[in-house]
Amino acid sequence: MTDTKSEHAMTNLARPDQVAMIENLKLQVSSHLGSRVVDVDTFRGEVCFTVNVDDIPSILLMLREDSGGAFTQLTELTAVDYPSRAKRFDLIYQLLSVTYNRRIRLKAAIGDGDVAPSVSHIFTTAVWSEREVWDMFGIFFSGHNDLRRLLTDYGFEGHPLRKDFPLTGTVETRYDDQEKRVVYEPVTLTQEFRDYDYMSPWEGVQTAMRQDDPSPQGESE
Amino acid sequence: MAESQIKPLTMNFGPQHPAAHGVLRLVLEMDGEVIERADPHIGLLHRGTEKLIEHKTYLQALPYFDRLDYVSPMNQEHAFALACEKLLQIEAPRRAQFIRVMYCEIGRILNHLLNLTTFAIDVGAMTPLLWGFEEREELMGFYERASGARLHAAYFRPGGVHQDLPAGLTDDIMNWVERFPSFIDDLETLLTDNRIFKQRTVDIGVVSLEEALDLGFTGPCIRASGLPWDLRKTQPYDVYDELDFDIPTGKTGDCYARYLVRVEEMRQSLKIIRQCIEKMPEGLVMSDDHKVTPPRRDEMKTSMESLIHHFKLYTEGFHVPAGETYTAVEAPKGEFGVFIVSDGSNKPYRCKIRAPGFPFMASIDQLSRGHMLADSVAILGSLDVVFGEIDR
Repeated sequence: MTDTKSEHAMTNLARPDQVAMIENLKLQVSSHLGSRVVDVDTFRGEVCFTVNVDDIPSILLMLREDSGGAFTQLTELTAVDYPSRAKRFDLIYQLLSVTYNRRIRLKAAIGDGDVAPSVSHIFTTAVWSEREVWDMFGIFFSGHNDLRRLLTDYGFEGHPLRKDFPLTGTVETRYDDQEKRVVYEPVTLTQEFRDYDYMSPWEGVQTAMRQDDPSPQGESE
Repeated sequence: MAESQIKPLTMNFGPQHPAAHGVLRLVLEMDGEVIERADPHIGLLHRGTEKLIEHKTYLQALPYFDRLDYVSPMNQEHAFALACEKLLQIEAPRRAQFIRVMYCEIGRILNHLLNLTTFAIDVGAMTPLLWGFEEREELMGFYERASGARLHAAYFRPGGVHQDLPAGLTDDIMNWVERFPSFIDDLETLLTDNRIFKQRTVDIGVVSLEEALDLGFTGPCIRASGLPWDLRKTQPYDVYDELDFDIPTGKTGDCYARYLVRVEEMRQSLKIIRQCIEKMPEGLVMSDDHKVTPPRRDEMKTSMESLIHHFKLYTEGFHVPAGETYTAVEAPKGEFGVFIVSDGSNKPYRCKIRAPGFPFMASIDQLSRGHMLADSVAILGSLDVVFGEIDR
């Protein structure tokens, strides 16, 4: 029983042939991209290339057109917000090759207010994905024909998936019986917003120490 | 007579329209009865799932996945559970993997039953819907017996499934598997050679393979365009690589091909369910790593350590190693992916949900241009969109 279990547990983790395949993929893509690759990272068998945001369209085009890559599908285009960084957003491009059955991920850092080049002319899927990223994060794409908001309400303000956007939002709607229409009002919380900190206090101190942060908050409180 | 410029008629389709499959507002620019441009306005069902998940522990985030594509809830839980397992480097016990695969295939039939029959009602056939929902009810009964809920199951967990199957359930599922092929036959007698149905679907909304790849199509829609691409075969997860099933493909890429592919997928799903029941071993249904999975109830009542595990797990939750993963499963509608960025804490730093319906919806403009108004309904029905997952 334990044998089959441990043997099976291998399938989720990296097997030798998979490791070889990943290394191969890394080498192949790196040799094509040359100096445009800033960093290569492999985590849990997934390859992620960090590149400059301005190179993205040419890289995507090459990865798709080149027969050795054949990344013909842009599965996912999204962003991640790291407010503490100088360039606070990461743009994420997840590519799939149905010919060779493999995936890679591209990552490019971009600052608040910077303009990313659109890839909507390369992959039609990007048209809506970029609209969504603009809506949710406020990253502007140049060369996009139709960069309207996608998911939020007509006339919405703010970009909800930014970390500094409150979870409760800023406006709420209700039907006003006098005015006979739906009215927009600032959010009023009938009770305080509950954001419990479930982190263990012991481990919390440990993390603070690990970060080598000399701020006095640990001792003084 | 002086030439006059004719302004195209702008027409609102939805958001409250039975053929809009939920809350879609489709703004159509019409030249007579021909569509010149279709502009879908989505987001009427936007609930901010991704934002909410950032504020919940991993375990609390799981039920949100039921509420995305609410006609096949467990398939999406599966993607999230697998992503967590990948980051945590744990594996569900074999029995749990068989249970998960079995329920995923039940979910696939649930989804296809809803899609095929509502598609039929969109193009004018009433009876399949009435018949199909009877079968769906039975399947949701199987959901309920395993998880306690007909729809929002929250049954798959990182590390396995929440509870073992009750006694006798697999026998009942097997009986249903024996009986269901005759239902599919009946459904096909109503639709497959039906002249009206074929007139409404054949050569409508044709998608070539290149277009399908470019538009981000996955699942039955790309298979209908001729590519045998199915993550259950190409990138197998859980025990799919041990099971024997075929991937149906279409040739024409039109609405009719998408219908045929889904009908055959139901038959293949039955094959998978049968094999799962036959091969399912005894044993644990949840990983015994109690840093991630809750201890058994009786242990919790008697052992101090189990009590601590239980308390920690349901307050603080488990911590996931820092890193990021994109994990995808073959949901009934196509590739359902979860992109999780973990910062090592008990909550996901970012959780992006890749819904298969999102690119389908985006392609409506391209697919319905030049078609008649009534065809846009057939195209929408054949693409299989659910707004829970598109709006998120």
